[in-house]
Amino acid sequence: MPPEKKAYDKLTRNIALSVITVSIAPLIMVGGLIFDQFRSIYHEKVYAHLAEVVDKHAVNIDDFLREKLYETQYLAGVHTYGELVEPGVMERVLRSMQSQFGRIFVDLGVVDSTGHQVAYAGPYALLGADYSQATWYLDSRSGTASISDVFEGLRQSPHFIIAANSGEADHPWTLRATIDFLAFSNMVENIRMGETGYAYILNEDGVFQTRPPQNRVKDMALEPGRIVRFKGAPSGVTIRESKGDDGETYLTVSSLLKNGQWKLIYRQAESDAFSDMVHAEYVTLAIFLLGGLAIVVMAVLISRKLVARWRSLDRESELINKQMVETGKLAAIGELAAGIAHEINNPVAIMIEEAGWAGDLLADEGRELRSAEEIDRALRQVRTQGKRCKDITHKLLSFARQTDSRANPVHLPDLIREIVGLSEQQARFAHVDFTLDLPESMPLVNGSATELQQVFLNLINNAMQAMELSGGELSVACREEHGQAVIEVRDTGPGIPAANLSRIFEPFFTTKPVGKGSGLGLSICYGIIHRMGGDIDVDSVVGSGTRFTVRLPFPPPGHFQESKKEIRHD
Amino acid sequence: MTDAIVLLVDDEEGFVEAMSKRLSKRNMTVYKAFDGDQALARLAEHRDIQVVILDMKMPGKDGLVVLQEIKEAAPMVEVIMLTGHATVPTAVEGIQYGAYDYLMKPCDFNTLNEKILEAVELFKRHDEEAVEARVGDIAQRMI
Repeated sequence: MPPEKKAYDKLTRNIALSVITVSIAPLIMVGGLIFDQFRSIYHEKVYAHLAEVVDKHAVNIDDFLREKLYETQYLAGVHTYGELVEPGVMERVLRSMQSQFGRIFVDLGVVDSTGHQVAYAGPYALLGADYSQATWYLDSRSGTASISDVFEGLRQSPHFIIAANSGEADHPWTLRATIDFLAFSNMVENIRMGETGYAYILNEDGVFQTRPPQNRVKDMALEPGRIVRFKGAPSGVTIRESKGDDGETYLTVSSLLKNGQWKLIYRQAESDAFSDMVHAEYVTLAIFLLGGLAIVVMAVLISRKLVARWRSLDRESELINKQMVETGKLAAIGELAAGIAHEINNPVAIMIEEAGWAGDLLADEGRELRSAEEIDRALRQVRTQGKRCKDITHKLLSFARQTDSRANPVHLPDLIREIVGLSEQQARFAHVDFTLDLPESMPLVNGSATELQQVFLNLINNAMQAMELSGGELSVACREEHGQAVIEVRDTGPGIPAANLSRIFEPFFTTKPVGKGSGLGLSICYGIIHRMGGDIDVDSVVGSGTRFTVRLPFPPPGHFQESKKEIRHD
Repeated sequence: MTDAIVLLVDDEEGFVEAMSKRLSKRNMTVYKAFDGDQALARLAEHRDIQVVILDMKMPGKDGLVVLQEIKEAAPMVEVIMLTGHATVPTAVEGIQYGAYDYLMKPCDFNTLNEKILEAVELFKRHDEEAVEARVGDIAQRMI
């Protein structure tokens, strides 16, 4: 039934969909909320961490530079120009500084007011070098001390100079100290995090003051990105999020150094900075997807199972309904038939009596009538046919109500054997052989013996009549099965066509010629067996025979002790 | 003297008429009644009624009730019940109340005839016994 199947499929789909929706929707909502919260908290944490690291380093670098500046200034303060230009003094001062502060100071020199280096100590031969045009020198003249940008200068290697001015106004001089670039660079490069995190220093013009990042696109341009704001950001530190031309998003953390002349910059790819979070997110997503999949699979399976069960229940109840309707129909027909039979009885009785009266009159006074004999025959015929009517109505009535319906313990094998004995003469004429399988150990059933006789007599007669022309075998068997007594009456006759099979228990249904059968036999059997709480059914194959199966319930133990005496009033 | 004095009780007039004609023809005296009350009235009128043929299913008074009333009013009268098929258990109950026998409707006329004659025989025997008993009683009282 395609439309029905469609309805069940739709039901399956609806159940599955509602289960999936109800279980996944809260999962998505809660998950999404937690996900979002986790994300923003994690972002803030990372930003705060980066800002703090960069800020701390900026402070450290600033401190370092200031320290070096003070040291140089101190040096310039405690020595006079005369002392320093003495040969060998500078060497001694440099050595003592290196021993005190490490090899961070590469060399020392004194530059006079004309910009010529008049004293020098260090690895290069720079005595007498002219710095009058050098940027650092010109810058340093404006204040008391200065720190230059990194440049290559005369020695052709990157370095930067700390210059401290000293001396009187008429005779100014400058003490310059070179800071080891490598040591300084390392200090910055030590700030490394993850795989791509890298720090460097730029001056105001954007020139690298430390070594540019290695193994990276040297001059990777960053689009101007948005400035990230977050809670608890240290002052002077800005975080910028921008897209590089390699397609990655980078975080750039910058902090000002050296009174804003330099900028400490830390750059890291965002994916690297948030790699832990992304990892956690992937794991969560995977769990979510697997869970979702499990829910979907379970929902589909369960709804299918549910609907399948439902369907079989529906089918069962439909079948039961059909049987109920069938039984109800037969019962109603039985009632109707009984009513009609009752009403017909009276007129038939009157007809028979009137015919009898006419016959009486004819016998006494009508002898001289010419057609007396013919009238007599006609009256006899009326009586005979009236009696036939009476037989039919009586059978019809026994379909609805029984002559002796009092229930007694009945031993089925004995009962059946008795009936078979009655039918044996007839069987010989019809060339029917009996096969009996009636175990003596059969438990007793509770029922009316006369009614059961009627049932089995009917079934056996029907079977014999079916085989009348060709002869055959009639087997009667009884057995116990599932707490029921099962009696089978099987013939090898021509079988019942499928079209008739569903109607054979209907009253007045007969295939016998008019006047031969009333069509009541099987319907009476049906009524009797069902009143006893049993069941009768038939299966038949055209050409190979018919089998009637009667099922009767065994009474509950102890039932036979009760004497059941019921007399109906009508 | 007729063979039997019969009261026919049935609500079917046609049946009663035809049957009474046929019984009369067989040398019986037949009284007719069409319901229970009439039957009791006839019984009171005609003290010589020997057999009542009583239908079980009648409008008004039920056959079983009428039977009991007849047995009270005239205990000696024999009652043959006429019953439809469905009322057989009632008829069986009727026999327990003292009915002579029951016949299924529509009944065979000859069977009915025989039953009536048998019932009359029984009635007469009972009647004689009763008479003898009365005579004996009187005789005893005289002694």
